[in-house]
Amino acid sequence: MTTPLLSVSNLVTEFGGEKGASGLKAVNDVSFKVERGRVLGLVGESGSGKSVTGFSVMRLLERPGRIASGQIIFDGVDLARLSNEEMRQIRGKRIAMVFQDPMMTLNPVLTIETQMVEAVRAHDQVSKTIARQRARDALGLVGIPSPEERLSSYPHQFSGGMRQRVVIAIALLHKPELIIADEPTTALDVTIQSQIISEFQKLTEESDTAVIWITHDLAIVSRLADDIAVMYAGRLVESGPVSSVLTDPKHPYTAGLIASVPSRNRRGVPLRQIPGMTPAITMLPKGCSFRTRCDRATDECLVVPPLFPQQERFVRCFHPVMKAMT
Amino acid sequence: MVTSIIRRLFQALFVVLAMTVIVFIGVSVIGNPVDILINPDANQVERARVIAHYGLDEPLWKQYFIFLRGLAQGDFGDSFVYGRPALGLILERLPATLELAIAALGIAIVVGLPLGLYAGLYPSRISSRTIMTGSILGFSLPTFWVGLMLIMIFSVELGWLPTNGRGPTLEFLGGQWSFLTSDGLRHLLLPALNLALFKTSLILRLTRAGVQEVLPQDYIKFARAKGLRERRVIAVHVLKNLMIPVVTIVGLEFGSLIAFSVVTESIFAWPGMGKLIIDSINLLDRPVIVAYLMIMVLLFVVLNFVIDICYTILDPRVRLDSKA
Repeated sequence: MTTPLLSVSNLVTEFGGEKGASGLKAVNDVSFKVERGRVLGLVGESGSGKSVTGFSVMRLLERPGRIASGQIIFDGVDLARLSNEEMRQIRGKRIAMVFQDPMMTLNPVLTIETQMVEAVRAHDQVSKTIARQRARDALGLVGIPSPEERLSSYPHQFSGGMRQRVVIAIALLHKPELIIADEPTTALDVTIQSQIISEFQKLTEESDTAVIWITHDLAIVSRLADDIAVMYAGRLVESGPVSSVLTDPKHPYTAGLIASVPSRNRRGVPLRQIPGMTPAITMLPKGCSFRTRCDRATDECLVVPPLFPQQERFVRCFHPVMKAMT
Repeated sequence: MVTSIIRRLFQALFVVLAMTVIVFIGVSVIGNPVDILINPDANQVERARVIAHYGLDEPLWKQYFIFLRGLAQGDFGDSFVYGRPALGLILERLPATLELAIAALGIAIVVGLPLGLYAGLYPSRISSRTIMTGSILGFSLPTFWVGLMLIMIFSVELGWLPTNGRGPTLEFLGGQWSFLTSDGLRHLLLPALNLALFKTSLILRLTRAGVQEVLPQDYIKFARAKGLRERRVIAVHVLKNLMIPVVTIVGLEFGSLIAFSVVTESIFAWPGMGKLIIDSINLLDRPVIVAYLMIMVLLFVVLNFVIDICYTILDPRVRLDSKA
């Protein structure tokens, strides 16, 4: 196995708390790897810490958020230790990001041209004319008709799907090695969603770009990702290749998630739910965070379970599910 | 764009016309100028002659139409007190007020905007908190008191700056301006500072609030995710969004500076329009009051229009063509 492009180990991201005192752990001891050209689906409910994980890698946490400990090794360099300027040179150039809501991602008072040209010139010292040409070509690449004219438009003159294409075009401007996509299709219509996903897949495959696709949508992950990492209440609970995790989930939470997705194979059977609610990060139960909602929990679960290796996978559970749920 | 400008002009015309009615009636009810203008010893014949001379013997509606007819010819009537055209009297004072207002607004922007930006970007720093506390003082200290204190400290105690008047002026664009001479500038400084204090606090707080509203937006995060330098994120992405509310307030405040600089002009004996209007109200000099109010209405109409045009430049989502 080659060395992975990105290797996050024991990442802890805290909000508040400084100088010895510990704050709220939005991301707690998370480790995962992304190989070049592979797609990792980072799955979890709202508040599970998946977006914060993405922003931690980008070092774009908003105060009072901060990386408390852990390593983020990107191509041999620990991003958590870089200076702000060194990190800036990586952002947008080697690691790009696509956000959830295309309505909010583009600055409403600047033209697409301004926003694309500045992105080119942030990393490459080229003339405005050349930067403009690259911007135009990038727009063409993501399937925006008559890119030349559209350059001088403002974001509000685009539809949601088109805007997300613009955002993807900006992300691809510098042919990044890694793209972090934070629910890029959640805010879009289903038909547009599927177009964007295919487009995204095509472009990243062509350029051998690695992708972290953050989502709560298992259907997208099953279609797009090579590997999957499931997060719950700030911790990674299960990770491994998509095919085996989705067909044979080991962690009760993963199993519950899969069972709660409507499927044609379970027609007529009431949809399963995971009982209870995701606990607030301020009042997590002691030990395994999923304990209170889990029907397999025992007294053993009062201690936080370690990540147990299972073949090529990891499961954070003392009582993993043994058989595939059907 | 053109159609909307024409529509705006018509709207403005109606506003001005409506104002003439309100102003004319309002001024007529506040008192009878005849009592002040005529020597109490004058006999009935003399009284009647003066009343007829000013056209005050006609019924109010007729006076109004005579006034409108004059207005159409650009004539606001002659001042009862000075016996000269009211409009000329006001325009003569305009440069004094204008330079005071512009200087005050300039100070307010140059000081308020950067400080507000700083306080918004680093809200938890002690310096930011000091700035914000200072702005509360700027908001709440009464103008006249601050003016007196400024005179006390800088003129009386330290003797650095003159207490009142405009100092030597120079002719420029048909008006007399203080800022063209160095001594005039020294005269201008204190009243301008006095007038600027409140506006500075206002712009400062507005800017800070704007920064705090814009900073958490996704597009700022995305701008950073593109790898832009922090300087560009602030100077382009934050500032351009911030300018929208700031321009509105600056525009309107400029109008109010011109219209309501009365207190400062009185304290510093600055011979501007504010002082003229106070004197005119005391003497019930109707034509001057009416002419002054009309000019103010016009000023606000024009300012609002300019602000709207600035909007379309700053915010592409606003278009004048769309139904207003």
